[in-house]
Amino acid sequence: MHAIETQALTRRFGALTAVDGLNLTVEEGELFALLGVNGAGKTTAIRMLCGLLAPTSGDALICGKSVVRETAAVKQLIGVSPQETAVGLHLTVRENLLLMAGLHGFDKAQSRDKTEEILRRLHLDQVADKRAKTLSGGWMRRLSIAMALIGEPRVLFLDEPTLGLDVLIRRELWQVIRDLKGRATVILTTHYLEEAQSLSDRIGILGHGRLTALGTAEELMAAAGTGSFEEAFVALVGEEAAK
Amino acid sequence: MKNLRRMLCFAGRCAKEILRDPLTLFFGLAFPILLLLLLSLIQAHIPVDLFRIEHLAPGVAVFGQSFLALFAAMLISRDRSSAFLTRLYTTPLRAVDFLLGYLLPLIPMALAQGAAVYAVALILGLPLRADILYALAAGLVPALLYIALGLLCGTVLSDKQVGGICGALLTNLSAWLSGVWFDVTLLGGVFGGICKALPFWHAVEACRGALNGGSVWGHLAVVAAYAAALLALASLCFARKMKKGE
Repeated sequence: MHAIETQALTRRFGALTAVDGLNLTVEEGELFALLGVNGAGKTTAIRMLCGLLAPTSGDALICGKSVVRETAAVKQLIGVSPQETAVGLHLTVRENLLLMAGLHGFDKAQSRDKTEEILRRLHLDQVADKRAKTLSGGWMRRLSIAMALIGEPRVLFLDEPTLGLDVLIRRELWQVIRDLKGRATVILTTHYLEEAQSLSDRIGILGHGRLTALGTAEELMAAAGTGSFEEAFVALVGEEAAK
Repeated sequence: MKNLRRMLCFAGRCAKEILRDPLTLFFGLAFPILLLLLLSLIQAHIPVDLFRIEHLAPGVAVFGQSFLALFAAMLISRDRSSAFLTRLYTTPLRAVDFLLGYLLPLIPMALAQGAAVYAVALILGLPLRADILYALAAGLVPALLYIALGLLCGTVLSDKQVGGICGALLTNLSAWLSGVWFDVTLLGGVFGGICKALPFWHAVEACRGALNGGSVWGHLAVVAAYAAALLALASLCFARKMKKGE
């Protein structure tokens, strides 16, 4: 079974078609990056895959469950770390994690165990009793990913997980994301091309709501006939814009 | 059972977020008590029938509840603007769990607020009697009204709009139209009619009636009808927003 399978997934806002007949499959355990310039349709596509936005037509299956007909079941399977840090600011790091565990249906003892385990795994134990509003940007992002992970999702959506962070913290978070491999299927959206190249098994490039290129970073460079991934991205996006 | 556990878990989080905000303690507890003390001091020097402690205490208790609307609205609108709601929408919580989670923690807060006001009123000369408990219980219906207003405003307004509408407009409206500060029946005409058509005056009259042996249930029925309608509207709006992922 595919982790994600979209079937002509489409979303229109009035006259604007944000996502246009997207057909895409992502395998279980894969780390897949979705790239595109601003307004390419990444966020709309992710929101539909998470059950946050109903498609205008088409469907997407998350581990076999339809986002249209089985939204509640889909929500049991996914974890989301939104672009904004989206944490409870007056709660401590531990309380934020206990909250998310509780919302995913774990009882008190299970929630405590899972919280302590994820605090250790993401090295959050040193800030566990700090209120979230006092955390730096890097810790906040780490907490955001931990909150998405605590429900033991089969598919994890990371929307711009390192946006606005300095290079050292970004590299630290890359390691956190690499460590997720094999535990969950990860869908990553990012504006940092080196991030997508470094972390992903495959990369999909969206343009005007359509999937314009798909493959490994090496395959995309070969297709564009360029020596760097950034040049390949510019060439592929430029080609689409010229059409 | 799992849905109930999830809802209670979310309600616990909402309680922490509200109680850990220093503004809650000021506006929820300190401000009504300061108001009671100030007006009682004025009353001691310039006696006015309306500001006798048995009239004033229920009025201030209901006025203090208008801040519950602000707390509820601020929490929802901040959750939305910080994208925390977006994260929560991807969990198995249902619209009804969200609304109950936001609503439930404010009920004990309303009781605590009322208890604090009546405790200070006792110190200021209100005779100790069982009717205080009756007034406290009657105050739960207006509390629901204000919480429902807060849920609705938080659902449809941005956090900046909530500050203006719930923080300034609603508290002032409920103060002027409730008869806490002057007897609205003396005004008569259009203004008196508006006061009687809206729930704020009935909320104060119900609590005054409960404390002083006056009519209670007719007034409470009006307040309860408004509270039920506002809760239904808030639920409808929240469910629609949730469907759109907003």
